[in-house]
Amino acid sequence: MKKIMNSEGANGLLLVSPTLLYAFLLLAVPIAAVVTFSFWTQNYLDLDTTFTLDNYRAATEEPIYRILLFRSLNISAIVTFVTVILAFPIAYYISFFVPQNKKARWIFLITVPFWTSYLLRIFLWKVILGYNGVLNSGLKGLGLIEQPLTFILYNMNAVVITLAHAWAPFAILPIYVVLEKIDRSLLVASYDLGESRIITFLRVTLPLAFPGIVAAAVIVFIPTIGDYVTPKLVGGPSGLMISNMIQLQFLKANNAPLGATLAILAMISVVLTLAILWLFGKFFGWINRNYLGILR
Amino acid sequence: MKPIIDLINVDKSFGDVKALKGVSAQIMEGEFFSLLGPSGCGKTTLLRTIAGFEDLTGGVVLIDGKDMEGVLPNNRPANMVFQSYAIFPHLNVGENVAFGLRRKQLSLSEKSEKVKEALDMVGLEGYENRAAHTLSGGQRQRVALARALILRPRVLLLDEPLSALDKKLREQMQTELRRLQRQVGITFILVTHDQEEALIMSDRIAVMFDGQIAQLDSPFDLYTRPKNREVANFIGIMNFLPGSASQAKKGFLDVTVPGLGEITISEDQAPAGVNGTQVGIRPEMLTILLDAEQTSDRETPGKVLEIDYYGDMSYYSVAVEGVTDPLSVSMRNTAGRKALNKDDKIRIGWSSESLILLD
Repeated sequence: MKKIMNSEGANGLLLVSPTLLYAFLLLAVPIAAVVTFSFWTQNYLDLDTTFTLDNYRAATEEPIYRILLFRSLNISAIVTFVTVILAFPIAYYISFFVPQNKKARWIFLITVPFWTSYLLRIFLWKVILGYNGVLNSGLKGLGLIEQPLTFILYNMNAVVITLAHAWAPFAILPIYVVLEKIDRSLLVASYDLGESRIITFLRVTLPLAFPGIVAAAVIVFIPTIGDYVTPKLVGGPSGLMISNMIQLQFLKANNAPLGATLAILAMISVVLTLAILWLFGKFFGWINRNYLGILR
Repeated sequence: MKPIIDLINVDKSFGDVKALKGVSAQIMEGEFFSLLGPSGCGKTTLLRTIAGFEDLTGGVVLIDGKDMEGVLPNNRPANMVFQSYAIFPHLNVGENVAFGLRRKQLSLSEKSEKVKEALDMVGLEGYENRAAHTLSGGQRQRVALARALILRPRVLLLDEPLSALDKKLREQMQTELRRLQRQVGITFILVTHDQEEALIMSDRIAVMFDGQIAQLDSPFDLYTRPKNREVANFIGIMNFLPGSASQAKKGFLDVTVPGLGEITISEDQAPAGVNGTQVGIRPEMLTILLDAEQTSDRETPGKVLEIDYYGDMSYYSVAVEGVTDPLSVSMRNTAGRKALNKDDKIRIGWSSESLILLD
C-alpha cells in the first residue's frame, strides 16, 4: 500500500484529483443529466420519466430545428475559416518579424480586447455596424455610399463579424506557439536545397504549423456552435442559431427534454463534423503521398 | 586541378563588427578543404557567404568562375549540411532525402531510385520509411548528408557537422566522410574548431583568427611549419622559447636559446617571412632519457614538475634551468618503461632538427 502511495502514478493522480473532481462534477454530471432528460417528456409542470424517443423524433422531423442546426454549423464553419485566415498572418508576423524582446509586448496587446466584457464588445459592434452606426456614417461622410448598408447588421454577416473578432486571440495563440517552435534552420535548409521562399512556406512552414492551425480551428469551431448571446444581439431573426432555440426550450417553452435533445444533437453534429474533417485530411494526405505528389 | 571557389578580398561586417577582413583563398576542385579556428573567428560566416546566406560587405565570391553576387542560395551549385542537421520533422527519411528533387522533374520511381542510391551511399539502406524523430544523432547526420549529396552539388558545405556527436561516433564519421568525399569527388568545405578533425580529414586547411586566414597549408605543413605562435598553439601543443636568430653559413641559421644554448638549424625550419624571435618545439619531439640511455643528438637536464596520465601516453611538465616556462614533454607508455614520479631528476633528449623558428 505504501509502495503504491509513493509511486509516481499515485502522486500524479493526487496532483490532478481536485481538477478531475471538479471536471467530473461540472462536466460529466451535467452531460449525464442532459442525456437523461432527453429521454423524458415534459407534462405541463412535471416530468414524465418513462423512456421515450419522441423528442428525437420531433427534433429531427420538424424542419425548424434542422434549419437552425445547419445554420449554426454553417456560421461556425465560416467564423472558423475567417478567424483562422485572419489570425495566421498576425501569428506569423509576431513569430517571424517581431524582434525577440518585443514579442511579449505583442502577445500582451492581443489580449487587450479581453479587458472589456464580452457583452460590451458585442454592443460596440452594434454601434459600429448599425443603420446609423460608425461604419455607415463614415462611409456616407466619405461619399462612398448613399444609403446605409443593411447587410451588415441583424443577419448572419453580423454574427460572423462579431464572433470572428471575439475569437481571434484564441486562434492567434496556438498558431503563434507552433510557429515559434519551428526550427529556423529548417527554412534555411529548404532555401539551400533549391526552394524559393513561397515554396518553402508551403512545404515546410505550413505543414509544421498545421497542428496549431487545427487547434485554432477546433478552439473556435466548438464554442461558436453553442454561442447564443451574439446571435441574439446582432443576428436578427435570420441570424438565430440552434443555441437560441435550446435556450428557448429550457427557459421560455418550459420543455427541458426537447432542449436537452437539441443540445445532444448539436453536440453529436460537432463531433461528426470534426471526425469527417479529420478523415478527409488523412485521406487527402494519403492520396497525395502515393499518387499526386503535390509539392514533393 | 582548377579552382572551384575563388574568394577575393571578402569582407563582411555585422554593424560595427567586422566578421571577415579581406579573406582571399582558392579552393580546388575535388579537394577536402577545412576552415579551422576558434569560435568567433569568422569561419562559419565565411561558409555562409559561400552558401549565399550572407551578403558580402566587400569583395567577390566566384563559384566555378561565376560571380555569385546577387545569386540566391537556392540557385547556387553548393549545398549545406547544417550543424543542427535540419532534418524536416514532418517528413520521413526518404522524403527528407528527396526534398531537393522536386525541381528536377523526375518521375516518382526515378526519385525513389535516387533516394535509395543516396541512402546506400551513407550506409542507411532501407531507411526510407523511418520517421525523422526515430533517428539517432549519427543517423540524422547521414540523412543530412544524403539529402545534400543527392543533388550532386559542385561544393558541399559542412558546418561543424560532427560537433554534436560523441567521441567514438565522431571518429567513425570522420573516416567515413573522408571516404565519401573521395568516392563522390565533390569538393567538401568543412568548418570545424577541432584541430584533430581538420588534420585527419583535410587536404588543405585554412586556419582563421579574427576574420582573417592566418595560414593556409596542408595538414603536414601546418603542423610541422606553423608560421606564428597563434597557429602553432591552435594546432596541437607547442613549447615556446625566446630566441634570436642570425645568419650562419649559407642555408643555415644560428639560434641562441637561453637554457638550451646555441643551435644551428637549417633555413627550412624557418617559414618564409619569419624573423625568428621565438623557437618552438613539439612535446613529442622531446624525449625523457632514463638512467643510462644515450642520445646521439643533444640533451638537457631537468626536473619533473607534473605528470598528466592519458593511458597510452603521459604528458610531463619539466623544469629546465634557464628556461622560464616548464617544457611539456610527451612520452608513449610503452612496455617496460619505468614510471616517473614528481621531482624526479631526468634528462631531456632532443634534436636541433625538431626546432622551428617562429614570430
